Amino acid sequence: MEERSLHIVIVGSVDHGKSTLIGRLFFDTGSLPPEKLEEVKRVCEELGRPLEFAYVMDNLEEERTRGITIDIAHTFFTTPKRKYVIIDAPGHKEFLKNMISGSSQAEAAILLVETTRGIQEQTLRHCYILSLLGIKQVAVTVNKMDLAGYSEAVFLDLKKRIEEVTARYGITPSYIVPISAMEGENVARRSEKLSWYKGPTMLEALDSFEATKIEEKGARFPVQDIYEANGQKLIAGRIEAGTLREGQELWVLPGKSKAKVAGIKKYLEPDLKEARAGECVGLVLEGADVKRGDILSESLAPSITTTVHANIFWMIDKEYRLGIPLTFKCATQEARGKIERIRRRFDPASEKEAVTDSDRISQAEVAEVDITLSAEVAIERFSDIPELGRFVLEHEGHPVAGGIII
Amino acid sequence: MDHLTALENKSIFIIREAYYRFRNIAMLWSVGKDSTTLLWLVRKAFFGEVPFPVIHIDTTYKFPEMYRFRDEYAKKWGLNLIVGRNEGQVEAGMGPGKGTKLDCCNELKTNALKQIIEKNGFKALLLGIRRDEHGIRAKERVFSPRDENFKWDYEDQPAELWDQYKSTAAEDNHFRVHPILHMTELDIWKYIRRENIPLTELYLSKNGKRYRSIGCAPCCSPIDSNASNVDEIIAELESSHTSERAGRAQDKEDAYTMQKLRSLGYM
Ligand SMILES: Nc1nc2c(ncn2[C@@H]2O[C@H](COP(=O)(O)OP(=O)(O)O)[C@@H](O)[C@H]2O)c(=O)[nH]1
Repeated sequence: MEERSLHIVIVGSVDHGKSTLIGRLFFDTGSLPPEKLEEVKRVCEELGRPLEFAYVMDNLEEERTRGITIDIAHTFFTTPKRKYVIIDAPGHKEFLKNMISGSSQAEAAILLVETTRGIQEQTLRHCYILSLLGIKQVAVTVNKMDLAGYSEAVFLDLKKRIEEVTARYGITPSYIVPISAMEGENVARRSEKLSWYKGPTMLEALDSFEATKIEEKGARFPVQDIYEANGQKLIAGRIEAGTLREGQELWVLPGKSKAKVAGIKKYLEPDLKEARAGECVGLVLEGADVKRGDILSESLAPSITTTVHANIFWMIDKEYRLGIPLTFKCATQEARGKIERIRRRFDPASEKEAVTDSDRISQAEVAEVDITLSAEVAIERFSDIPELGRFVLEHEGHPVAGGIII
Repeated sequence: MDHLTALENKSIFIIREAYYRFRNIAMLWSVGKDSTTLLWLVRKAFFGEVPFPVIHIDTTYKFPEMYRFRDEYAKKWGLNLIVGRNEGQVEAGMGPGKGTKLDCCNELKTNALKQIIEKNGFKALLLGIRRDEHGIRAKERVFSPRDENFKWDYEDQPAELWDQYKSTAAEDNHFRVHPILHMTELDIWKYIRRENIPLTELYLSKNGKRYRSIGCAPCCSPIDSNASNVDEIIAELESSHTSERAGRAQDKEDAYTMQKLRSLGYM
């Protein structure tokens, strides 16, 4: 079995069956604790409803009485191949910020489209968000095949439209799987009723996905904090890319001074000579004074700048007007600023043309913008070093948008 | 990087982020396996020190083994231990026999905690809750803001993208920070084994019974088990399907007790 767990987000429009699918997956793989099943049965009886697998995930009272998913839930399950963290994302537009929060933690996605309603606004929006967040492994499931009499023609027709839409938004689905979440057809068990379909079941599709590999890149170390331990000054942080070695020379950005790694510290691990991407360490540095937000870098590859050119997604219901002050947060860097120019904005859920050179961005819109900051930051393209190529914008302490540097 | 090391690094990153952001913070230590693991991670994050107070909310109904363990390790690890008790209610005789479980938890835990936060002005609390413990906890954020009434606004939680945690807004009274939210029960036990983290003996089988989850003695029932060391506990969990909180009385009264407790400021 693989060591690491794979994070998968389940997205799609409301009522297309996300929660049902997850409940089913748990039930069919024997991952549902018996008392949980009992609890769900009891609540369904109290509400006078047939057994709803969706209640396994929708745990808030409001979610069950209103029959909707409000917030993301992370759950855990295991197949013989590996461990999974499954993130159920809500499908309503008003809960978009929750869907994006969930997707930002995922390495792969399942996009649900149901046969009766087909591709809807949120299907398009979610598809675009996945693409923007750089999630490349996507399986589409065509759900509620039972309501379509398990018809191959219905499936092929919808499949064609799904392929058109995903291609337009820059996603290539790894698989498009016909399923019935409610009946458990092609979820964990190969369906007799869908015998015309020769591809993998949904679970097999999941098992074929791969965990994100850590690539060998130049070292990047955003400074998180400074501690005094046993009379020694330690620079705390997490290595976001590459490998740090004792004796290595690093640039301190954005100021461009130079420092040398005189020691790498972890509690109870003396004599560390090197540490790799993902590790939290304390560094003993020589030659420069550093502070939170400085980026230690092996090379001068990051851009040192006060303007950021990026695609952003606006998550809150209040619209943005040019000039409203914002805080830019990227790795451990933080700077005040504002959007100076909105080159283009559009709503991925609608067919309407993009608006160019605009003065506002509305909820759930995506925009290509130039952000100006009051201090220099060190940034990179998302495609080069994701950790220095993505950021959050806040207004008065509230996250309002996420962004990807292009 | 192996699974446990990845989980550990994520926790340490969160702990350091909370300490940088607020400085005036504290952690809650129930003396159970999760918060003891959290305490261990805090010690690792700060190179063996715990640079802030450790709060034990004492309902007075805890197991004697827990008080013993607490005092022993508070001393050994040089902790700045704050014991929080809702004295008024303890004296008035609040207990599991009086009122509903919801009332008892609310008075002896939540309100005891409120008193401590108010007195010390903590800006954030580190809590050892995990997403796989309960459906409601599966919906928690890593940095979760609470208003002045300690209310958890679960219908409108802030966005939390990647490792960027929300800044403080005017209406945020304090934050609940959850550094081990991403660990499962099994992860915790495997990490305890790897790191050799000390725990109270309540988790180990005695006369065919052991506790899988501990809290107040009157509200916890032991499970049938012969697992008498960490290896055996791991083997038992790997082959069992019942959930961890099956022995906790809180969850049995009403399907939404946990949601109600948490929205009122419970941990
Ligand atoms: N007939 C049929 N109904 C389904 C299927 N999957 C889900 N449903 C129903 O569709 C409704 C919405 O499902 P839910 O899982 O809550 O959707 P979500 O909003 O995407 O999480 C519920 O009433 C389900 O019972 C399916 O495969 N077939």
